[in-house]
Amino acid sequence: MKQKTDVPQGTLALMVLRTLDVLGPLHGYGMARRIEQISGDLLAVNQGTLYPVLLRLEQEGSIASDWGASENNRRARFYRLTAAGRQQLLAETRNWEQTTALVTRFFDVKAEDLP
Amino acid sequence: MKFLRRFLARLTNFFTGRQSDRRLREEMEEHIALQTEENLRAGMSAAEARRQAVLKFGGVGTVREEYHAEQGIPFFENVVQDLRFALRMLAKSPGFAAVTILTMALGIGATTAIFSLVDATLLHPLRCPHPEQLVRIEADLRGIGAQDVGLSIPELQDLQRSGMFQYVSLVGSGSVNLTGSDQPARIQFEPVTPAYFAALGVKPEQGRVFDPNDKTPGFNLEVVITDGLWKRAFGSDPHILGKNLRLDNDLYSVIGVMPPGFRDPGRTPDERNTDLWAAAGFAADPAPPPQRNTRLTLGAMARLKPGLTVAGAQSQLNVLVASLQRQFPADYPVESGWAMQLTPLKESVVGNVRQSLVVLLAAVGMVLLIGCVNVANLLLARASARQREMAVRQALGAARWRLVRQLLTESILLALLGGITGIGILLCTKDVLVRMIPESLPRLNDITISLSVLLFAVAVSIVSGIIFGLAPAFQAGRLDLAHTLRMEGRGSRGSREQIGTRRVLVVTEFALSLMLMIAAGLLLRSFWDLCRAPLGFNPENVMAVHLWLPIPNDPKTDIYGTPAQEAPLVRELMRRSRQLPGVQEAAMGRDASIPLNHVPDMTPLILEGRETRTKEPPQVERSNVTAEYFHLLGIPLLRGRLFSDADNENAPQVAVVNQAFARAWWPGADAVGKRLKVGRLSKDWVTVIGVIADARTESLANPSVPQIYLSLYQSKPKELAIFLRGQLDPSAIPDQVRAMVQSVNPELPVYGAQTLDDAVSLSLAEKRFSMEMVGCFAATALLLAALGIYGVISYIVNERSHEIGIRLALGAKRGRILEMVLRQGLTLAIAGAALGLGGALIVSHLMAGLLYGVTPTDPVTFIGVTLVLTAVALAACCIPARRAMRVDPLVALRYE
Repeated sequence: MKQKTDVPQGTLALMVLRTLDVLGPLHGYGMARRIEQISGDLLAVNQGTLYPVLLRLEQEGSIASDWGASENNRRARFYRLTAAGRQQLLAETRNWEQTTALVTRFFDVKAEDLP
Repeated sequence: MKFLRRFLARLTNFFTGRQSDRRLREEMEEHIALQTEENLRAGMSAAEARRQAVLKFGGVGTVREEYHAEQGIPFFENVVQDLRFALRMLAKSPGFAAVTILTMALGIGATTAIFSLVDATLLHPLRCPHPEQLVRIEADLRGIGAQDVGLSIPELQDLQRSGMFQYVSLVGSGSVNLTGSDQPARIQFEPVTPAYFAALGVKPEQGRVFDPNDKTPGFNLEVVITDGLWKRAFGSDPHILGKNLRLDNDLYSVIGVMPPGFRDPGRTPDERNTDLWAAAGFAADPAPPPQRNTRLTLGAMARLKPGLTVAGAQSQLNVLVASLQRQFPADYPVESGWAMQLTPLKESVVGNVRQSLVVLLAAVGMVLLIGCVNVANLLLARASARQREMAVRQALGAARWRLVRQLLTESILLALLGGITGIGILLCTKDVLVRMIPESLPRLNDITISLSVLLFAVAVSIVSGIIFGLAPAFQAGRLDLAHTLRMEGRGSRGSREQIGTRRVLVVTEFALSLMLMIAAGLLLRSFWDLCRAPLGFNPENVMAVHLWLPIPNDPKTDIYGTPAQEAPLVRELMRRSRQLPGVQEAAMGRDASIPLNHVPDMTPLILEGRETRTKEPPQVERSNVTAEYFHLLGIPLLRGRLFSDADNENAPQVAVVNQAFARAWWPGADAVGKRLKVGRLSKDWVTVIGVIADARTESLANPSVPQIYLSLYQSKPKELAIFLRGQLDPSAIPDQVRAMVQSVNPELPVYGAQTLDDAVSLSLAEKRFSMEMVGCFAATALLLAALGIYGVISYIVNERSHEIGIRLALGAKRGRILEMVLRQGLTLAIAGAALGLGGALIVSHLMAGLLYGVTPTDPVTFIGVTLVLTAVALAACCIPARRAMRVDPLVALRYE
């Protein structure tokens, strides 16, 4: 059986931002499903934990939300990326790439490579 | 940015109370519904589909909690919750709340009052931009121990050119007769150089101030007046600018009015009451010709260049002084030790009251601390009653730190309520309190409850809340849960540990009170000694009235310019004074001869036979008086003779000196017959003809200040005083004397009548003030300490009433019970006294400068105060002790 991992602090927010960036406005359930699909069940997160993160992002001004109609015509809250959120996503993506690149280099280095 | 935005959003939610719980609920419902549909499509049964959806969503409670925490600010929410609870608890025990709040109101109110005084005097004495750049420049002759000898005009120019200062200004002080306003008045005025206001950096309310570049050598006939004078003498005339007024004999025009509340940053109360400033170059009449060796009796004030510290400027100034000494060796003989000293202007204004105020602040701080200890004691007593409540709350899952926090919130709330009450009382009684402050206390600002004072009060409240809340909170945090709950109905029983804490608190309280009372005792004794010090002169039934001869700017128009011109006036005034109703004796003198008027008038002297030893003459206090002065004040002649009618304006000059003078300059020799010159430029020899006894006419604290008296008929002072002894009517004298003087010359102003008894008591005002205040604080401390020990002993007696009952039932004598309780109280008192005596020794040495006539370790005060405190403690213990004695063994035993 595959090992499920916890989400590192702040990563969930990044996933939310990226999801909204790719798919456009989405409600909570849609986001949860999408994150699940992409992570391929590797993630051990209760879907409910998404909501406090969404509120936080909203209070920070990275996303905004409105009531709308879901696919089965019920009232649902739709979230969308704001301009500030898009910038934040760009910045954090860069950060993330830098960090991972750095860590990867450390993993790649072997003893014989060192002068 | 992001953080700020989030915080603002949370803050808004907190204050608007917006809790969008509905939104979350709807979102969750929708989420689960969607997941259920998905599960149904995957082929689950309806019930299973919903169950799986809920499982996948996770704990609804946790999500909701996290959501709320994100939405608001949990810390604030808890504070609000605690505050609400604390208010409810206080409302439930109004007696306790009232006592605590009043105690704190007393402590915080008094501390704030003293702090507002300190704030206005010590901390912010100057109302000018960048007060730290302002300095006073003093020239000293260290070789002969003379201070503040004044500057000459060339020296002023050297300073201006030195590049260290933005502005340098000379500042004089004097009084002048003002006519041309509603009423002729004697007002305090300051002749200054034109840069004065530019240096202070203050702007006028109306008009303009002097132009700092003005080069007029004499007076430039323009004046700036205070708001007070404008209102008082000109009835707030809107067209005051340009108006002419006559000062002495000369016509000046008003060019500016200073803002309300501006007071001159002078060194003496008189200077600070300055009503009018006139600018002069001091290089032409009435000043002497501007020569390097002609020092003007003026002070100097300057504003340093930005970035220059006082210490830095001082070292540059020392270099300048050294180079001037090399350049002009004749004017600055090495043995005179000429030097210039910079003092921050603030220091020179605040002067010698710093120590008094610091002692006051320390004393009031101690009262506050004692108040805190008392309240801590009360809270501890209450805490034992609430032990069960705390235990139950802990058992229900309250975290310890949460309980501690709630108790601290309660105590801080109490302190803040106390603080608010205190400030309220302060605001209501402000006028009465301000009137108690002696005039001599340097304050340029009105004493107000300013923002900084308010902040101070809030800070003090919070800190004291924490101080007195710590002990009970700490104890609640260490509650033994199982034990307390097991005690059931007897939950109110305090632990041994708690009694221990309360004992420690009472001992602390005692120690603090003792320190304060010893400080007060020492001040009281000093004051007592000063009051009883033999004056050496008799102030009873004597009144002094001021009289001023005008000094015109052109000396040729001065009708009293020589002793020969002035002597007939003095003679006529003397003759008419004796005829005033009730007058038995009359005398005249310079105003410096009025006892204890604190106008030092140092004059350089050249003693015959010693003029070559130092080019820099010694300086002494000089007065000019008529012969009757000594008899009128009851100062006895010891050797030689007093002035006679033959010592008139045409005779050779003679002088009378006091014993201290004779001892200082001719030790072991007879002063009578010795000759000296008064003033550096004087050519005439003055012969000493008599020696009088020392009297405390200069300073109450110093019994022997060297003094020399010249004959008034042989000199021409402008500022005169008429002394009258007899059955006088103090309310009628001013008018009688004015009428008498103006019948001789209607132009002469008469002002400032006072009895010498008043003058003596006025000179004690500052000392009386600090003694009264510290005494008042000490009495409060004593009261609080007595309440504290009463509370603890009562508590112990209550706790032990069962035990006492058993003892009595077993046959203990009631007297023994009384003794037992009293001994407990006494032990506490003695422990506190021992600690307090140690502290008092330190305190009394720190305030040695304020003491007079008593040593800082005065055994009478130390032993007396300790006995008083112990007696009060025993008295406070007597009430609970008598209750213990009357315990009915039957009742006490049945109660269990």
